[in-house]
Amino acid sequence: MKEIRKVMCCCGQGLGSSMMVEMNIQKALVKLGKEGVTAGHTSLSEINPEAADLFVVGRDLAPQLKKYPRVIVLKKIMSMAELTEKLEKAFAEESDTFFIE
Amino acid sequence: MLAFLINILSTPAMLVGLLALVGLLLQKKPVEEIVKGTVKCIVGFLVLSAGSSFLQSGSLLAFGDVFNYAFQMQGVVPNNEAIVSFALQDFGTDTAYVMALGMVLNIVLARFSRLKYIFLTGHHTLYMAAMIAVLLHIGGLTGFPLWLSGGCLLAFISAASPAYCAPTMEKIVETNELGLGHFGGLGYWFSAQCAKLFAKDKDKTTEDIEFPQRLTFLRDTTVSIGITMILFFLIVTAIAVAKGILNEDPQAVLASYPNLGGLLNVGAETHTHWAVWALTCGLSFSGGVYIILSGVRLIVSEIVPAFRGIAEKLVPGAVPAIDCPVVFPYAPNAVLIGFLVSFVGGIVGLVVLSFWNSGIAPVALILPGVVPHFFCGAVAGVYGNAEGGLKGCVFGSFMHGLLITFLPAICMPVMSALNFSNCTFSDADFSWMGIVFGNAAQHIQGLPLMILCVLVFLAPVVYNYVAPKKTPAAAE
Repeated sequence: MKEIRKVMCCCGQGLGSSMMVEMNIQKALVKLGKEGVTAGHTSLSEINPEAADLFVVGRDLAPQLKKYPRVIVLKKIMSMAELTEKLEKAFAEESDTFFIE
Repeated sequence: MLAFLINILSTPAMLVGLLALVGLLLQKKPVEEIVKGTVKCIVGFLVLSAGSSFLQSGSLLAFGDVFNYAFQMQGVVPNNEAIVSFALQDFGTDTAYVMALGMVLNIVLARFSRLKYIFLTGHHTLYMAAMIAVLLHIGGLTGFPLWLSGGCLLAFISAASPAYCAPTMEKIVETNELGLGHFGGLGYWFSAQCAKLFAKDKDKTTEDIEFPQRLTFLRDTTVSIGITMILFFLIVTAIAVAKGILNEDPQAVLASYPNLGGLLNVGAETHTHWAVWALTCGLSFSGGVYIILSGVRLIVSEIVPAFRGIAEKLVPGAVPAIDCPVVFPYAPNAVLIGFLVSFVGGIVGLVVLSFWNSGIAPVALILPGVVPHFFCGAVAGVYGNAEGGLKGCVFGSFMHGLLITFLPAICMPVMSALNFSNCTFSDADFSWMGIVFGNAAQHIQGLPLMILCVLVFLAPVVYNYVAPKKTPAAAE
C-alpha cells in the first residue's frame, strides 16, 4: 500500500474545528509513535483527493468525501479516543481505499 | 529608533506578526518554526486586506448602489468576513491590541471565575475584537484605554457565550468538558428555548428521517455564497433595469451612483450585458470572501495553537470552547434542516423589514446572508433538535432566522463608522454586544465607559469569590 505521509482535516470554512482536529491528530501521532507524518487543515472549497494520503472529517461532511480514497469519519469530532483508535486502524489497513466510519 | 518601533507597533500587519512571534517564543518553538509562523501571519493579514479591496471594488460597492437605485433603500448583506475586513482598514492596530489583551484576560477570567471556558475560535476572536474596537472608538476612547476596555469586553463575551450555550451543549456532546465557542451563542440559546415548547416530542429526532444528504455540497461556502449573491445581484439588477437605469444618461447616474460604471459600460470597449455583469459581481463577492478567509486562516493557525498551549498550562480545569462545526457530526440532518429553515426565516424577516414603517425608525433591509444562516442556522437546528426533536429543530431554527435578521437591523445605527459599507455583522452575539455596548458608548463617553467595561469583566470574578459555591456547576 501507499504509505500515509500526510493527513488532512477539513471543515466548512477550514478555520476552527478542522484546526482543532489537526492538533488532536498531532497528539495522536505522537502517541502512536508515527514519525514523519504531517497533518494539515483546510476548507471544503479547497480540498481535493490529491491533497493528502488520508482525510479526516466529521460525520456531517462524510457525503462530500464519498469518492476519496482513504477517509476517516469522526462521530464525536473532538474525541481523542475515537480518533486514536481510527487512526491506528487506518495505519494498519492493507488496502489503498477505505472508509472508516 | 523609538519612532521606528512605534511605527512597527502601529502597522497592523506587523503587530499581528509580532503577536504570533510572542506566542511561538512562549511555546519555545525551534527558530525555523518561529520564522515561518511569523511570516505567514503577516502575509495572512496582507492577503486579508487584498481580499477586502477586491470585495469592495469588485462587488459590494456596486451592490449597494444598484440596490439603492432599485429600491431607494439601503440593502445590507450580513457577512462577518466582509465587515471585519473593512473595519480593519481603519481600526487594524486597535483590533490587534484588543485581540491580544482579550485573549490574555480570557485566561485570567477562566482562572479566577467559574466561567472556565477558553475561547479557541480564533477568527471569531478577531472579528469580535474588530467590532469592539469600532464601538469603543465611538465612545471616545483611543490608545491604551480603548485596548484595555476592549480586552475586558472581549474576554467577558469569550467566556460568557460558551456558558449560556452550555446546558444544551451538554445534552448534545454528552460531556461538560467541551464548550461551544462561536459568537452566534445567543441565537443558539434562543433556538433551544423555543424548541423546549416541543420538549414532549423530543424523541422524534431529525436523525430518524431520511433527508437528502446531497445538499451537503452547499456546505462549501464558495459555492453557496456564489449562488446566493448571483441571485441577489440578478434580482436587484433586473429591477433596476426595469426601472430604466440603462436608458438614462450614464454620467447622470454615475453622479449619484459612482460604482455602477461596469453595469453602464462606461469607458468599456466591449458591451457587457447586465445579466453577465450581475453574474460576475455575484461571483466576485464569493471570490472576495475566499481571499479574506485564506488570510484569516493564515493568521489564526499561528495564533490559536499558542493561545491554547498557554491557556492549558495556566488554567487547571479549563474547558476548550470550539468552533460551531463541532456539533454538526452529532446530527447531520438537523444541520441541513436548520440551514434551510433559518434561511426561510431570514427571507420572512426581510419581507417584514420591507413593510416596516420607516416613519417609526428608518431601517436597512437585511438580506439573508448565506454564511450566517448556514453556520449559525445549522447550530440552531442541532440545538433545537436536542431540546425538542424534529419539531423543535424546525421551529427553533426558524425563530433563529428571524432573530439574526432583526438584531442586525437594530444594531445598524450604532455601527455608524461602518454604516455605509453595505454589509454588517451577522451572528447573534455580535449583534447583542453591538446593541448593548454600542448604545452605552453613545451615552457614556471616555473614562466612565472604560470603568463600565472593566466592571463587566470583573463581575464574574467577584461573583466567584462572593457568591456561595452551593452548586459548583452553576457557571457551566
